[in-house]
Amino acid sequence: MSLALSAQEKAVASGHDGAAMAMRIVAESARLLGAPRLIPIASAHIDGALYHGDSGTLFAERLVDGGAEVAVRSTLNVGALDLMGCSRVRLEEPARGMARRMMEAYRKLGCEQSWTCAPYQAGHRPAQGSDVAWGESNAVVFCNSVLGARTNRYGDFLDIACAISGRAPDYGLHRAENRRARLVFDVSCLSASFLGSEIAWPVLGSLYGREVGNAVGVVTGISSHPGEDALKAFGAAAASSGAVGLFHIAGVTPEAPDAETVLAGGRPETVIRVTPEMVAKARAGLSTAATQNAIDAVAIGSPHLSSAEFEALEQLISGRRLRVPIYACTGRHVLTTLEQSGRRKTLEASGVVIVADTCVVVTPILPELGNGVLMTNSGKFAQYAPGNTGYAVLYGSLADCVESAVIGKPRFTDIAA
Amino acid sequence: MSAAAEILVPGSGGKGAALVLTAPISFWGGVDPKNGRIADVRHPQHGESIAGRVLFLPGTIGSSSASAVLLELVHNGHAPAALVLHEPDAILLLGLIVAREMGWQTPLALRLGCDQFERFRGKRLNVGLEGSIDIDTQNTTSSPTL
Repeated sequence: MSLALSAQEKAVASGHDGAAMAMRIVAESARLLGAPRLIPIASAHIDGALYHGDSGTLFAERLVDGGAEVAVRSTLNVGALDLMGCSRVRLEEPARGMARRMMEAYRKLGCEQSWTCAPYQAGHRPAQGSDVAWGESNAVVFCNSVLGARTNRYGDFLDIACAISGRAPDYGLHRAENRRARLVFDVSCLSASFLGSEIAWPVLGSLYGREVGNAVGVVTGISSHPGEDALKAFGAAAASSGAVGLFHIAGVTPEAPDAETVLAGGRPETVIRVTPEMVAKARAGLSTAATQNAIDAVAIGSPHLSSAEFEALEQLISGRRLRVPIYACTGRHVLTTLEQSGRRKTLEASGVVIVADTCVVVTPILPELGNGVLMTNSGKFAQYAPGNTGYAVLYGSLADCVESAVIGKPRFTDIAA
Repeated sequence: MSAAAEILVPGSGGKGAALVLTAPISFWGGVDPKNGRIADVRHPQHGESIAGRVLFLPGTIGSSSASAVLLELVHNGHAPAALVLHEPDAILLLGLIVAREMGWQTPLALRLGCDQFERFRGKRLNVGLEGSIDIDTQNTTSSPTL
């Protein structure tokens, strides 16, 4: 099947400006993917403004010089700098200057200065069934699964090219037939106390991603909606341990009123019956530190913390002073609320380091230690911190993270699956 | 001995020693964008450099930042001389598409079944603009063994 462009798309692609460059990039990608056509999109979330090297900055500036502008609403994922000045990023020149130029170029292209990996909690919520082009794996999986909008995983360059052209390849999860579940992930054997606990969702997400890879599955055995922050944690963990772009939860997510409706052909090809042993193993696998004797830092907020998660953090700290800092990553949409309520001052006085616009695994913020240990409640931080920061990881609930930071050494509460 | 491969992304032909990977690789996190070294400690070819090589890829692990790593390698002169893929990977090859749009000299990307990779191992190769892969018999004896 070869790609057919409309007369208007061809006309744009034949130009010499930034819009032409964007259209050609989308069309060439569509050709490599085997997509028959391009489809219009309603919005974009751009992951491409995180500095990986000078070439990405030069690309964005070429688009700006060519007069390109986004054609649809486009929010920005995290950058490499904390532009709000809450935390200190140890990125040296000339990389620092290039990272700043890159962030500036994306602003000039008309993108919103959201700088968050949780745009869906910063007011960017496309309608169910609409086609969008989103980047950042946790945002992609949330957009598809919880909002029911349709996107593939759009990475660097293609995300902004789609935003400028207002088009995406008709392929993958944009097509209804590819959104049906092929397997069942049944958690009905797990205890109600575990399923109600805070660690259930990131741990199950990590297990789910490893079990299903890039397949679409439906989770069964959940009796009530666990809340948006739980689904956010599940999706982020699943998308970082596997290549999950879409999951369904029977009775919870919008395309799965029940398992039968969302299963392709009404029946699963595979049923994964999750046992307490599988959960215990997945939970243990999130920690990489050899011993549980000491921690150097706690990091939370991958994906970025919501206002509700900051409330929980403040309650757990309850005015105590931390012996080990808690790095709390969030977006400026939450920072504004924290400042208005006076909560930022209270948290910082306790020893919390608020990180805005970026996070501790994408840019150097944590002190450089030879063999540091980081404690976290995030399945995604647990996945990426060892490779990106050099810190070994201990995984625990938010309550355990806070108690550990207060007493200065790790403490764990047992929650049986 | 030669093969004619399908062109996935056009580019300049090139010469280089073959590097036949024996396991799929993720460019993001798996290849150092500064110098082209395979940085993934779990990869069988860990420590090898892909810079200037004719790189045979049996598979790729899709990271959405793979294209950024490849673009950076093209820009800083550490890209492979050519890429030969068993299966097209749109995300990785996007790095070459963008490099072409930037007007940078980019390597050719070809498609060839991985059952044909083995005979190129350890050889110096000439890759032609039109997709031909030929063993450079004059220089092969002095090439690194891989």
